Amino acid sequence: MTYIAKPRLHHPNLTPNALGFTRRDYEGAVSTLCAGCGHDSISAAVIQACFELDLAPHRIAKLSGIGCSSKTPDYFLGASHGFNSVHGRMPSVLTGANLANRDLLYLGVSGDGDSASIGFGQFAHSIRRGVNMTYIVENNGVYGLTKGQFSATSDRGSKSKKGVINHDTPIDLVSVALQLGATFVARSFSGDKAQLVPLVKAALRHRGAAFIDCLSPCIQFNNHAGSTKSFDYVREHNEAVNRLDVVTPRDPIHIDHEPGTTQVVTQHDGSVLALHKLGDHYDPSDRVGAMTYLAQKQALGEIVTGLLYVDPAAEDLHDALGTVDAPLNSLNTAELTPGAARLQALNASLR
Amino acid sequence: MQPTQTQGPDYFHKVVDCQWACPAHTPVPEYIRLIAAGRYTDAYMINWKSNVFPGILGRTCDRPCEPACRRGRVEDEPVAICRLKRVAADNKDDIASRLPSVPQIKNGKRVALVGAGPAALTVARDLAPLGYEITVFDAEAKSGGMIRSQIPRFRLPEEVIDEEVGYIASLGIDLRLGQRIDSLKDLMGQGYDAIFVGTGAPRGRDLDVPGRKEAAANIHIGIDWLSNVSFGHIDRIGARVIVLGGGNTAMDCCRTSRRLGGTDVKVVVRSGFAEMKASPWEKEDAMHEDIPIFDFLTPKAFTHEGGKLTGVVFEKVRAEYDAKGRRSLVPSGEPDQHFECDDVLVAVGQENAFPWIERDIGLEFDRWDMPVVDAVTFQSTHPGVFFGGDAAFGPKNIIWAVAQGHEAAISIDRFCQGEDVAQRPAPGVEMVSQKMGIHEWSYDNDISNDHRYRVPQLDKDASLKNVRLEVELGFDRELGFREAERCLNCDVQTVFAEPLCIECDACADICPTDCITFTANGDEDDLRSRLKAPSPNHEQALYVSSDLKTGRVLIKDEDVCLHCGLCAERCPTGAWDMQRFTLEMTHAGQSCRTR
Repeated sequence: MTYIAKPRLHHPNLTPNALGFTRRDYEGAVSTLCAGCGHDSISAAVIQACFELDLAPHRIAKLSGIGCSSKTPDYFLGASHGFNSVHGRMPSVLTGANLANRDLLYLGVSGDGDSASIGFGQFAHSIRRGVNMTYIVENNGVYGLTKGQFSATSDRGSKSKKGVINHDTPIDLVSVALQLGATFVARSFSGDKAQLVPLVKAALRHRGAAFIDCLSPCIQFNNHAGSTKSFDYVREHNEAVNRLDVVTPRDPIHIDHEPGTTQVVTQHDGSVLALHKLGDHYDPSDRVGAMTYLAQKQALGEIVTGLLYVDPAAEDLHDALGTVDAPLNSLNTAELTPGAARLQALNASLR
Repeated sequence: MQPTQTQGPDYFHKVVDCQWACPAHTPVPEYIRLIAAGRYTDAYMINWKSNVFPGILGRTCDRPCEPACRRGRVEDEPVAICRLKRVAADNKDDIASRLPSVPQIKNGKRVALVGAGPAALTVARDLAPLGYEITVFDAEAKSGGMIRSQIPRFRLPEEVIDEEVGYIASLGIDLRLGQRIDSLKDLMGQGYDAIFVGTGAPRGRDLDVPGRKEAAANIHIGIDWLSNVSFGHIDRIGARVIVLGGGNTAMDCCRTSRRLGGTDVKVVVRSGFAEMKASPWEKEDAMHEDIPIFDFLTPKAFTHEGGKLTGVVFEKVRAEYDAKGRRSLVPSGEPDQHFECDDVLVAVGQENAFPWIERDIGLEFDRWDMPVVDAVTFQSTHPGVFFGGDAAFGPKNIIWAVAQGHEAAISIDRFCQGEDVAQRPAPGVEMVSQKMGIHEWSYDNDISNDHRYRVPQLDKDASLKNVRLEVELGFDRELGFREAERCLNCDVQTVFAEPLCIECDACADICPTDCITFTANGDEDDLRSRLKAPSPNHEQALYVSSDLKTGRVLIKDEDVCLHCGLCAERCPTGAWDMQRFTLEMTHAGQSCRTR
């Protein structure tokens, strides 16, 4: 952390986006996390993504649970709605908020403790229900706030800072998300913003449950030799399957389309994802293939990153429940009390 | 790009834009920090060592530091460096005990200085404490040269001149005032080991157009007229005055006229308003005193009636630029304009004049009749004779005269000690980490958001009534503190150690001005196009690391770095450090000598 606030002075040539905001306008308070924390890089990526997508800060709601990762919403999007919920309960609060006001853009921020331990069930159910959200797990494989115990995503055989070897089987959140039916699944690395920023943008543009597992080294407790979540380890074992360009509907679509190497996916809102293949014919529209591929690579100790699966035609929870199109707070008395005749008709239909 | 070589004095010196721009390389951020800390005397002495006349320069300097100031590139205006210098001078304690001591036993070398202006006084200040016997000659009754004769009292009070010239006079020099040197040959015959010529540029250029002779009684040469006002020989001027010329002398002439009875004072310049030589703030001050400036007008003739000046006829011109960008002023074809007036002040430039230097004494003059002087050593073609200030290379400002005086003093010292004058001493350089704790630095890194403060001025009506009343009141301590806090401490350098970097991006993420980029190496133009923020200022260096673990390099664009140290605070491994760079120019004395 720092004691001084980040100076307001900025680069004189900062360009504003379509809303007239500069990237600096999407920042939040100065981070109180440890110097060098991977989470701060993820915050910077969220800031960059929202700036580039011309999102109005007041149309975004950021929700989190408890933990180092869950502190980060304070450090970005200072002009957005925020809710710092109970440990592991962010998915429920987000689901409720989303049902009440479907017009906001929901960004859930969580960590490996918050989502893979205490909130594992909450995580699972928000995914399988297809809540329209972007769910980012800032995954450092360690309980940083309590001084470095293994978390549920720590790999078997990895070594703690004190030298203890982990014997538990790790939870791979990406595989779980795929299995539970997430319609956008990606993995990235806080040390690679060139990969991370387009993934966050694509996820924010996705309708349905978009999940990003972002490896984020804990400088203090999990960045040593023997750790499988350190900068060095992730860089050595990172296998990116594709590189992503996100083109929003407003931009003129101009993609270097090399047949066989670039795959174009148009999402529900018209945004175009141009996926430049890096891996051996990896197909991000094949869910079962993705799960198999992940399992194979995991067995080899490789970390697969990139956009792993996307279903551009996904439906969300509102579609499934047939809810009203407008946010609940915009409904007036006449809409909420349609009258005795409508009640009778409804009762009759159930007889 | 190759990794940046930060060894040697130049790389980090250039980052301290103000110090780099100052001819005397005054350590500006260092003294501004001392002002903020209320240590005015210390701040004054740093200035006194570098530029000899802090109180005078704090009111009159041409401030090359301010256009260079990094703050001016980050927000609207630079730090008011010049006027902060005055804060140090105004608030200091008695400095007598801090002046250099002068040895009782002299070193046996005698040096004559011709002229008692800023250049010569600097030479005297540098050499007297070393044991040189210094004799200063000046034709005027008081020392100070153009500082005293040409700068109006409402900009620079007499007491300030007396005080700062007095510090030098107190160093045991033999000051022979009222004694004009009419022959360099004679002076050379008097057995001096070295002679320094600092006679300035004492001749104001005249304007030879029809009517000049007939109306001579009301046409005055600007610098002579200012000097006469300064010494109390002139205290009136006509109600309607035209000042010809666009330099700082013209601004002094018009503002002085307003105080001596001129109610309708105009400045008329040949060039465009924007190209005028006068400093922007001097133009502003003139206009504030209801003096209009008319541009693109070339004087064609003085009109007169019965031997009395009635006005000036001007031809309207416009600027045309040739392929090489050189400007010429061509008639615009518009009808000539006649401006009525009672007096004209001609301030169209100054020249050197050396009628007192014989041309047969082994001292070469060039085809413009200027002495041939080495631009580094300030030695003439006669080994024992040195030049400095306006006498050397034509009219410039006080701060240049001081810088040249320091260099000439080094040359004289080395010359008198039998050493090669061409060999110049390197400056003293030191780097000290400012880290005191995890988030603690021994400088204030919390950047002030304040805009530049205006220097309070005396009420206009009151100030126009008295030519000896100082217009600027100067910053008080409170305003001085707040203005000092605007300084970005550019001398506290960001120093990067490659082996420690783990490429976590924390520095790049926190940097408020997007100076830091991790990317693949390339040539400079390519790199500048790929940085996190646009990098159009090629004057400012890119700090390039050697290869990092991932094969990328770190690039820091020095251009708009706030020196807030957040990169170092957020760095988990201490790869970034904030280190104070101190550069002290070596002056005459033991450290400038080889033996």
